[in-house]
Amino acid sequence: MQWEVVIGLETHTQLKTNTKIFSGASTTYGAAPNTQACEVSIALPGVLPVLNKQAVECAIKFGLAIDAEIAQRSVFSRKNYFYPDLPKGYQISQFELPVVGKGKITIQVPAGKSTEAYEKVIHITRAHLEEDAGKSVHDAVDGMSGIDLNRAGTPLLEIVTEPDMRSAAEAVAYAKKLHELVQWIGICDGNMQEGSFRCDVNVSVRPKGTEKLGTRREIKNLNSFKFMQQAIEYETQWQIETLEDGGTIQQATVLFNPDTGETRAMRSKEEANDYRYFPDPDLLPLAVTEEDKSRVRAEMPELPQALQARFVGEYQLSAYDASTLTASKAVADYFVETVQAGADAKQSANWVMGAVSAKLNAEEKTIADSPVTATQLAALLKRIGDNTISNNAAKQVFEGMWAGEGTVDAIIEAKGLKQVSDTGAIEAIIKEVLTANQAMVDEYKSGKEKAFNALVGQCMKASKGKANPAQVNELLKNMLG
Amino acid sequence: MALNLDDIKRIAMLARIEVSESEAQETLHKLSGILGLIEQMQAVDTTGITPMSHSQDVTQRLREDVVTKTNQRELFQSIAPATQDGLYLVPKVIE
Repeated sequence: MQWEVVIGLETHTQLKTNTKIFSGASTTYGAAPNTQACEVSIALPGVLPVLNKQAVECAIKFGLAIDAEIAQRSVFSRKNYFYPDLPKGYQISQFELPVVGKGKITIQVPAGKSTEAYEKVIHITRAHLEEDAGKSVHDAVDGMSGIDLNRAGTPLLEIVTEPDMRSAAEAVAYAKKLHELVQWIGICDGNMQEGSFRCDVNVSVRPKGTEKLGTRREIKNLNSFKFMQQAIEYETQWQIETLEDGGTIQQATVLFNPDTGETRAMRSKEEANDYRYFPDPDLLPLAVTEEDKSRVRAEMPELPQALQARFVGEYQLSAYDASTLTASKAVADYFVETVQAGADAKQSANWVMGAVSAKLNAEEKTIADSPVTATQLAALLKRIGDNTISNNAAKQVFEGMWAGEGTVDAIIEAKGLKQVSDTGAIEAIIKEVLTANQAMVDEYKSGKEKAFNALVGQCMKASKGKANPAQVNELLKNMLG
Repeated sequence: MALNLDDIKRIAMLARIEVSESEAQETLHKLSGILGLIEQMQAVDTTGITPMSHSQDVTQRLREDVVTKTNQRELFQSIAPATQDGLYLVPKVIE
């Protein structure tokens, strides 16, 4: 039987705020245990939550970025459960009326062959504001668990998709796109190591061609794209094998073990969870007005889609180049800065996607850490444009700049890479080459076009690569009459 | 909706409240009374009325995103039953 996998994601993005969602305690990562756990974070009796304006604006930004309905009125609810890292006995979340409603995100799904890559729209069901829980430390003290409430109350935006994805590749493409988007609009630092971006993945399988969804299992807390890919692939295979062996799938929460590459069900609770949501009487409904939306929209950067269109329209880049350059805001900013510093757009695009990105990949650096700044790259490209150096020489200069050997002009000087564009000097070189290679000249004259290229090659070699190739071509043609 | 004793025990378990058999009987009686009242209210036609989520018709005021809380760990932990290295200690919990 042919099987089809159905995947939906729930992503917890930690919002970039200075303080917690309901109190003025700091959210700085890595502080000593409980030094950022105020009376609200530790839930002393009688304390009251006060909503953080910045967290609300982050949610509005996200809603605007995915073209979603933003609720004029949304409500905070209590999700009740008991765990030591949740001292109130409930998490403040949003249930029936979330701040962000239905929206969509377009993803590019890569494939082995670039011709098989395709675009897909993933529908967002909702995104709601909630608070994070604290952290349990299990190994510090014998027989006891240690509780650190620094993280308790950190603002999160939980982003939920429809079950729209049909492969691990699509799920990972969506997660990467979302990861980039939340950083692009500045609402999340995207740091997966520190848990700022965590994905829960719902996976089920069904016979291909059928409508009814299979029973799903939820893979919790994936914090790397590589693990997500592995976990989904393993889980899909496991579910198919279980069903083909005549078994059934029980709804469950599973954890991925990176060491074994397997997913395993968490010990199922004796009692199914019943969160008994109800509106939190400590918080009034949240109102978002048209004015709020306009104000937030004005603060937002140009979105990737808009920037892509501009790159195609204004800089005449191909759709592919435009999409590659807008894969991350840092790369797009670097490119724009290079062009604004006076470099040719198409050439800048080629260099950013080529030499610069190759070097960054090789050294596992991000573009923000590039030793060659956009301004420096523009200076290099200008030297190609004004015929001071050839493209090949530019690559050597770039290596020099990367290694911190100095400015563009200083490196050109030091390495003697200045292109020879003086007609007299080039003619002299060509004369020498023609004399030394009479056989090639005869071949060319007898109609062998290839001999011409060989002669150009000889001239370039004789000039140690410094002659301007276009000029060599032209002069050689003239001199061969 | 009629409740039975098992419902009461389950609700008590979810709320982590210990109820004896006699307390369970009494609670069943009280909770059933509340549900009966709600049932009566269900009869009212509420078509076109936005459900109320707060008794006051006002909306949430927002707080500027500025740190106002200082570290008072020592004070807070002075009333905690057990702490170590800045952590609150609780009986071991493992999922």
